[in-house]
Amino acid sequence: MADVTAEQIRDRVRELAAAHDPATTDPVAFLGHRFDAGLAWVHFPEGCGGLGASRALQEVVERELAAAGAVPANPFRNPIGLGMGAPTVAVHGTDEHRARLLRPLWTGEEVWCQLFSEPGAGSDLAGLATRAVREGDDWVVNGQKVWTSFAHKARWAMLLARTDPDLPKHQGLTYFFLDMTLPGVEVRPLRQATGQAEFNEVFLTDVRIPDSMRADEVGKGWAVSNTTLMNERVAIGGAAAPREGGPVKPVAALWRDRPEVRTPGLHDRVVGAWVEAEVARLANERIRQQLAAGRPGPEGSAAKIAFAKINQDTTRLWLELAGEDGLAYDDWTMRRVDLGGSDGGRGPGYYYLRAKGNSIEGGTSEILRGVIADRVLELPREPRTDTKLPWKEIPR
Amino acid sequence: MTSPAPEIPSLLYADIEEDLRATLRGLLADRCAWQDVLARVDTGEPYDEALWKAVAEDLGLAGLLVPEAFGGAGATAREAAVALEELGRSVAPIPFLASAILATTALTACGASDARDAALGRLAAGTAVGTLAVPATMWPTADFPLSVTGAPGDGGLLLTGAVTSVLAADRADLLVVPAVVDGAPQLALVDGTAPGLTRTRTTTLDATRPVGTLTLDGVPAVVIADAGTAPAALRAALTAGAALLASEQLGVAERALEEAIGYLRTRHQFGRPIGSYQALRHRAADLWSDIAASRATARYAAAALADGSPDTPVAAALAQSYCADVAVHAAEDCVQLHGGIGFTWEHPAHLYVKRAMSSALLLGTADRHRAALAELVNLPPA
Repeated sequence: MADVTAEQIRDRVRELAAAHDPATTDPVAFLGHRFDAGLAWVHFPEGCGGLGASRALQEVVERELAAAGAVPANPFRNPIGLGMGAPTVAVHGTDEHRARLLRPLWTGEEVWCQLFSEPGAGSDLAGLATRAVREGDDWVVNGQKVWTSFAHKARWAMLLARTDPDLPKHQGLTYFFLDMTLPGVEVRPLRQATGQAEFNEVFLTDVRIPDSMRADEVGKGWAVSNTTLMNERVAIGGAAAPREGGPVKPVAALWRDRPEVRTPGLHDRVVGAWVEAEVARLANERIRQQLAAGRPGPEGSAAKIAFAKINQDTTRLWLELAGEDGLAYDDWTMRRVDLGGSDGGRGPGYYYLRAKGNSIEGGTSEILRGVIADRVLELPREPRTDTKLPWKEIPR
Repeated sequence: MTSPAPEIPSLLYADIEEDLRATLRGLLADRCAWQDVLARVDTGEPYDEALWKAVAEDLGLAGLLVPEAFGGAGATAREAAVALEELGRSVAPIPFLASAILATTALTACGASDARDAALGRLAAGTAVGTLAVPATMWPTADFPLSVTGAPGDGGLLLTGAVTSVLAADRADLLVVPAVVDGAPQLALVDGTAPGLTRTRTTTLDATRPVGTLTLDGVPAVVIADAGTAPAALRAALTAGAALLASEQLGVAERALEEAIGYLRTRHQFGRPIGSYQALRHRAADLWSDIAASRATARYAAAALADGSPDTPVAAALAQSYCADVAVHAAEDCVQLHGGIGFTWEHPAHLYVKRAMSSALLLGTADRHRAALAELVNLPPA
């Protein structure tokens, strides 16, 4: 369906809604019908939940479905799968992969996770050590992965493993779609400073992955993982955040409601936090407008650095304003974070501690500064000693 | 709680604004290289009259904010902001802020009168330079100035008093003077050649944008705003100035960072380009990030002003709370990232420091604007 028009999309949505009333059809079943109609992600190829249409037309689908009475599909039903798994399967998977994996990924019946980071490979992902050794039609995998969201819920994983340690680090990697129910896959909760366990460690011991579940060619894992990571922070459309959203909201409320906590120094910081939050809101809105106008800019990395800093500074300020309440902590129980659950309603101590992760997860602020220096400012690269050596000779 | 913020207008640059930018940047590249700006500091002529004529008259930018009925372009604050970005990048030694922004917005905020209309026409044509006769450090919410008083005489008003630190005091052909007449605040129009008017130029930190002192000894003037409109007109001019100054500060910051980046790429020490050292790469990346945020903030202020948004006081105070500091930081880092050469007279870095730091004092410091913002968004002081 080349050159799909908005009118054709509208027709399709009407047909879908006529055949399966969104008000009465089971939500998961309706998502399946929507996939079959090519309305899951219209820019995907036909047969993969799409129509090969322009990405911009997705907005038409969402609008028309809402008008037809459909509840908006919850992106948290399978965040890693929808955000990163699906584009990777669509670009690098075989026809068999697409046919087997995409539909249940879309409906949320099969949740996905990402097995990239390792205890010894965080910022330096390409240095990872999990080994995959070819044995007949299988690859035998051994290693340890970490910081894996939703591994305890996942049926599938995007796995990056080393298949040739004699090659330089970026060249010896291969990418697999791993069935998390295979023998030898062990998921353990990873408790973090907040007490809760949002993430997991995943231990892989003699896991036999059929070669048929390899994505793209042997040794092409780095390129495939870039497809995955490029989709990690693709901004979704939608409206601008409200003024005084985020942690400045409770800070401003405390300041207004409790005159007894006010000091001149804290006033400077509260107003400063308000300024930083509002400036970041405008900067994010400008990024959104650039994307909507089809002119994406490189400001996303800057926005992520700012988000982390503002969250950290403002949640600390919140604790200081909270006084005695700041000494308390609501709950150290090791709670797992489930799909669809944002951990709302916690005390300031929780948000203060959780914000420490903001400058680490999804690319540390230091790595992101390097990205800006390289790709935006085009500054000379830092000298490296590791890129040409065989991986096994790199000091670690 | 505060009332919800209005929907955010476009923070991007429209095609017409990019066209204006390209034209002005081309002109400034030809006529306002930093060497030209620097050389002028050692002359007794701080204003580049030929450049002013080219910008104000030939490109018609003096009349950007003047309605078409008075010969202006009838453009909006969005276009004026882009012009200021470019003028800031070049540290252009012309009285654009004083004349095309402050005097012009003060006049447009006054009711129509023969004197006001004629003055707007002269400013729009670029044949006259105007200024707002207040200390350049005055902020939008400051009390109405009391340093000039008016008394009836000779068929009009006679003004007496003094105003210090007035932008382009020595250059202005017409001056909008806040004065107190019988205890009532008014705005009066004074001709630059009027008898009894003495003007001196101060040696300024930023030699490219001088201020000076006005001494008035029975100077004839025409009232253009009475007690009912004068305070609001003055505040409107200062608010517009503060909102749009942010775009000039953005331009200065951008230029300072570009100079620094150019140096980081080429300067070698210890056998490597210094831009390959992480300490410097991260500093440059932080500056770029702050400038990206500064752009969104300055654009919002310009758009709010252009739309007559009720959020304009917040937008202006926010812009000065943020953009002023980013410009100073960028200019100061430009010196440091250059090392020794950045501290010399023969390098332009000091031009950016002087412009950025002086601008940070102009129309209210960041701290003044934070105090104003705190009141506007209901975050009362301790």
